[in-house]
Amino acid sequence: MRHRSLLILTTALTTGALTLSACGSRDDDKGGGNGGEKTTVTIGVDAPLTGSLSAIGQGIKNSVDLAVKTANKNNEVKGVTFKIEPLDDQAVPASGQQNATKLAADESVLGVVGPLNSGVAQSMQRVFANANLTQVSPANTNPALSQGDKWGQGKKSRPFKTYFRTATTDIIQGRFAAQYLYNDAKKRKAFVVDDKQTYGAGLATIFSQEFKRLGGQVVGTDHLTTKETDFSSTANKIKNSGADSVYFGGQYPEGGLLSGQTKRAGANVPVMGGDGIYDPAFIKAAGGSNNGDLATSVGYPVQQLDSAKNFIKDYAAQNYKDPYAAYGGYSYDGAWAIIQAVKKVMADNDGKLPDKAREKVVEAMSQVSFQGVTGKVSFDQYGDTTNKQLTVYTVKGGKWTTVKSATFEE
Amino acid sequence: MHELPQTLLTGLALGATYGLIAIGYTMVYGIIQLINFAHGEIVMIGGFGALTIWLWLPSNTSLTLAIPLMLIGAVIASVAVATAAERFAYRPLRGAPRLAPLITAIGLSLALQQIVWSFYPNAKKARPFPQISGDSFQLAGNLHLQRNDIFVLVAAPICMAALGLFIANSRTGRAMQATAQDPDTAKLMGINTDRIIVLAFAIGGGFAGVAGVAYGLRIGQVEVLMGFILGLKAFTAAVLGGIGNIYGAMLGGVVLGIAEALAITYVQDIPGMQQLGGGGWANVWAFALLIAVLLLRPQGLLGERVADRA
Repeated sequence: MRHRSLLILTTALTTGALTLSACGSRDDDKGGGNGGEKTTVTIGVDAPLTGSLSAIGQGIKNSVDLAVKTANKNNEVKGVTFKIEPLDDQAVPASGQQNATKLAADESVLGVVGPLNSGVAQSMQRVFANANLTQVSPANTNPALSQGDKWGQGKKSRPFKTYFRTATTDIIQGRFAAQYLYNDAKKRKAFVVDDKQTYGAGLATIFSQEFKRLGGQVVGTDHLTTKETDFSSTANKIKNSGADSVYFGGQYPEGGLLSGQTKRAGANVPVMGGDGIYDPAFIKAAGGSNNGDLATSVGYPVQQLDSAKNFIKDYAAQNYKDPYAAYGGYSYDGAWAIIQAVKKVMADNDGKLPDKAREKVVEAMSQVSFQGVTGKVSFDQYGDTTNKQLTVYTVKGGKWTTVKSATFEE
Repeated sequence: MHELPQTLLTGLALGATYGLIAIGYTMVYGIIQLINFAHGEIVMIGGFGALTIWLWLPSNTSLTLAIPLMLIGAVIASVAVATAAERFAYRPLRGAPRLAPLITAIGLSLALQQIVWSFYPNAKKARPFPQISGDSFQLAGNLHLQRNDIFVLVAAPICMAALGLFIANSRTGRAMQATAQDPDTAKLMGINTDRIIVLAFAIGGGFAGVAGVAYGLRIGQVEVLMGFILGLKAFTAAVLGGIGNIYGAMLGGVVLGIAEALAITYVQDIPGMQQLGGGGWANVWAFALLIAVLLLRPQGLLGERVADRA
């Protein structure tokens, strides 16, 4: 009996001590901030850092890292040191949700950049909304994320006030692609393939609607399964359909293979896709024989923008292992928007981080406006970027080259 | 229906690849009743073995000359890993409850993926595999044979015929049959069953190496995770054909490949089935076929005496 009470006592004491010490360390952080020393604000990053999409994910992480380093170097927000907390979601929604929960639990996190995939974003949004934590995606293009499930019927309503994005939606991107294919490339018969994912299927639907509206014909459709590699039967169908172009809604691992296998099957038609296939790995997966393939991507090419010169130079100076890839500029701008929001919140509160800082950061986000890497960065009432610039790229000699940059018009 | 011959040819090339891999499942199962779930990874290692040889050769080597050398590299890599797996992962568990080696196989599969992922240069992304360049051959009006498919269409029947002759006619082949029938009696007859088991893994590994090269040529890339889906499909093919029967494995592979190709091409043309057709549903139809076959013939297409096993 004595032993047992001793045990209970020890357990209680240990638990108590642990709880207290945990509280203690948190208090230390805050005390440091108030005492004139620097507060640490964490910007979370969620992206696929391993797996087949890691080429893009590493670019997102590095670009946020660069934004944070730049802010610290220039002392952009007085009294605040920023740091990043990068987490790997492997493009899996369940991992994204775990990461979101982890970031929401860390009180020093005031904003998160990510994720890459629209499907992953769906699983994270509610977690962030419940924690009042700002999320800025550099790459999500699915309209439902910011405009609600009924955007297709014209009933837009913003489901989560904590969700923002620096990328243009698929509505704009898919229609832009259809307009280019019909008006500029003079294609009339498209074969539409998607990968059944939120991003790919959405994009393919929007493309088909606009292409038909313009007067084009969709001569066939097919769906792929992600992570599979043999699409030779689909390639045969494309060949037999007599299509003069293929539109693919999906990501580059499947898109590249589809393009290569379509050409090898004997259908010499261009494959067009969204920003998901705009990656050097698309050309590699196609076997390098896919000259003439097309991709749209949000924004103007970072290399062409005057505003991006410093970004490219600074990025190169950091000697990151991976390139900034398709979303580097948008990730940098996303992180910078959070930094600007934190700056505003601090300025409104005599240079100190207020209580309920997260809620105030969310409010400040809608007023953020600055010249970023990709142009003017600000958000509309849905949290979408006001920047509607898009670019069409084509494969030429094993590389993506710019064909047309324009602002989307109805 | 003018695209039917092309669909069948595409399915045949795909199915021959499944069949080559299925041999490995079926041989090991036939002798020690183990489902070697790491076999897909042996294919992946074969693919990387071939790639290593290709990268090591001078860059202007012609592919006709390189393919035999790559094949040797692939087979050496696959056989080495398959026999090592037998020696160090499965042999210590001989006689253990059936679940123990099964779980070991799953663990080994993950371990092999991670080893290649960590240590092979740039294996974190898909690595391009050399391709036979040039247009496809026009066999008939609408029937084209792709150059990269020729390899598997030639290699699979040769390998299959060689294996059939070896099993039926050689002393060792007969010893394998005897071990599959009754390991204890075979041992009493003076057969070194340990050696036979290693041999089963080695032959399965060799076929996996060939399949790795075939896959690389067809798809144009090899990657760490490629073994998972290939292994799953090949296992399905082995069960479809009757696990334990080598001819069944090849037949199951071809049937599965053709069924997938037909499902992708034709199901959506059936009135009212528009939503259930296309590449996204190919696996559903392939497995529906598997269920149908197993309901009518639980032992598989060419299977025998499975009911008293497992």
